[in-house]
Amino acid sequence: MRQVDRRTKVSRRVFLRGSATAVPAAAVAAAGVGPEAAWAQEAKNLKPHTMATLVLMARDIYPHDRLADVYYVQAVAGYDAKAGQDAAFQKMVEEGVAQLDAAAQKNHKSPYLVVAWETDRVALLHGVEHGALFQKMRGDLLVSLYNNKAIWAKFGYEGASADKGGYINRGFNDIDWLPQA
Amino acid sequence: MATFDLNDDTVVCIVGSGAGGGTLGNELAQKGIKVVILEAGGRHEIPDFINDEWASFTQLAWKDMRTTSGSWRVAHDFPNLPAWIVKSVGGSTVHWAGASLRFQEHEFKARSTYGSLTGANLLDWPITLADMEPWYARAEDKMGTTGTNGIPRLPGNNNYKVLEAGARKLGYKEVHTGNMSINSQPRDGRGACQQIGFCFQGCKSGGKWSTLYTEIPKGEATGNLEVRPNAMAIHIEHDAQGKVTGVVYADADGKQQRQKARVVAVAGNSLESPRLLLNSASARYSNGLANSSGQVGRNYLRHTTGSVYAVFDKPVHMYRGTTMAGIVRDEARNDPKRGFVGGYELETLSLGLPFMAAFLDPGAWGRSLTSALEDYPNMAGLWIVGEDMPREQNRVTLDPKVKDGNGMPVASVHFDDHENDEKMRNHAYQQGAAIYEAVGAVRTFPTPPYPSTHNLGTNRMSANARDGVVNKWGQTHDVKNLFVSDGSQFTSGAACNPTLTIVALAIRQADAMAGMMGRKEI
Repeated sequence: MRQVDRRTKVSRRVFLRGSATAVPAAAVAAAGVGPEAAWAQEAKNLKPHTMATLVLMARDIYPHDRLADVYYVQAVAGYDAKAGQDAAFQKMVEEGVAQLDAAAQKNHKSPYLVVAWETDRVALLHGVEHGALFQKMRGDLLVSLYNNKAIWAKFGYEGASADKGGYINRGFNDIDWLPQA
Repeated sequence: MATFDLNDDTVVCIVGSGAGGGTLGNELAQKGIKVVILEAGGRHEIPDFINDEWASFTQLAWKDMRTTSGSWRVAHDFPNLPAWIVKSVGGSTVHWAGASLRFQEHEFKARSTYGSLTGANLLDWPITLADMEPWYARAEDKMGTTGTNGIPRLPGNNNYKVLEAGARKLGYKEVHTGNMSINSQPRDGRGACQQIGFCFQGCKSGGKWSTLYTEIPKGEATGNLEVRPNAMAIHIEHDAQGKVTGVVYADADGKQQRQKARVVAVAGNSLESPRLLLNSASARYSNGLANSSGQVGRNYLRHTTGSVYAVFDKPVHMYRGTTMAGIVRDEARNDPKRGFVGGYELETLSLGLPFMAAFLDPGAWGRSLTSALEDYPNMAGLWIVGEDMPREQNRVTLDPKVKDGNGMPVASVHFDDHENDEKMRNHAYQQGAAIYEAVGAVRTFPTPPYPSTHNLGTNRMSANARDGVVNKWGQTHDVKNLFVSDGSQFTSGAACNPTLTIVALAIRQADAMAGMMGRKEI
């Protein structure tokens, strides 16, 4: 069977410029995902701490260990610009993060970002999962994360095929492990 | 290409250009009858189609606001997207998978076969399989359906091979790559299937039949057919005698226009067609046009659906090749011993990664979902198409509050599963999982229904005017020059994909309509 290479393959151009949003992959790789990172500091309408919390929330909502942080950063980066255009949205995001942090402080004496175990953070998310911020993120991430073409190969998905002549000569019927019918 | 004057009251005006409207328009044009098709969407041709699920959805899907209620899960998961259908020239024949199955004989006689079920509003069709056979034959020839007319079936892809191997292990007998209106060899000026996948996103090879590049250009070539895109029908007008006289629509600039007509045929899919009739209420027809029975919008059918996806310890790459690549038909029989009446088909289905994330288990998050997505290349999948029970309270109404950009109330869709639907779905989930487990599935998922692709029944056909909206020709009981030409005519849904029956009915209706026009009856 023709397999899809699921290893990370990032071209230099994509790596430097970032593939889906204005956040360059190199910036994330160099600085990490904390609130002190440059991409978080450069947020204009949401607090750096808020941006960093959104990134960790995104990973905890749809955790994929094979995905580097940059894809989660890119998936939530648009919220900063949206907060600049929509004051109600900005308030909803900041309040949602504050609420999550309050629960984290109560249970773990630290903000969400510093709660070490995923299991503990997921328990905190269950406490807010019917809230506006969680629901907005859960829905938006389905597109902003999974529709990022840069991650498709990591999931073994090949994307468009018409431009490659379809699969008629590229393994549409190449399965080789089934018992004989 | 013809263009007809807005005041030309000799034309047949058809609302919608999909399986029903596009076919009817061409058939009439071939007979020398002048036709104007009003299509709400734009005209996107084959080169415009996009092999990208969300981008294609944005390009083709009907995204106008709708509202929902009822206990069906779609109302919870997708409250403003009850249906996944197309707003573009060609209608949902751009998006359809191509499965072209005939009804079984008993499926035209649902009430007499299944009896009187509590909570169901079953009725026999006023036509039989024998009546429909010649029209089915013409539809299959027109559409180039595999397994008919000496046309070979398509080769099976990986997803099909998994389904077939599991089904054979379970002892299923009627397992094959289907009767598909997808060319397995060049035919009718169109090439053969290139196993591209993305059948739902518009066929880039043109191998799949769609009115967009078959019926419509053929009709246009006669000089008798004009397709007017970006023309959203608002209401149908009538004269003092109650005969319809034309259709008011909003053009591409949102300006209202009035196309006069000798005959009006409504083919806007089973949500928009009843909406248009209800929005056409007048002093004379205060409950809406053609609604003396009160049945317009009622008996909404969507098939008892659901999917089963399965993960294996080895790769499948189910997305390669035709989306609906094969079928198990053994459960389509009516066998009440299973605990429900009617039957269901199991047909392969695949989604790309972006749609799998959205539809595998809508609303889910966390590692239960994400671990499944990480096994995406090792997944196989099937879709359930079962007969659901017509219910009077399952219906399309006008939303009391929400209006569209033209100030018209939007369609509100209410649906509650009948107990029979739930028993059938659970049976199908079990059989689907068993098929995959028989060939080594390590994990299976009972995926809930997607927004409805098979929308049927809301202007149903009946022998008696009090039981339905249209007669056996699709002509409304109340207004003789008003017809319904889409799946909303269906009296019951049967255990099969509806498009072949919609096309066969449209060919038959064109014949009947031309006869009535020739005899000056309409």
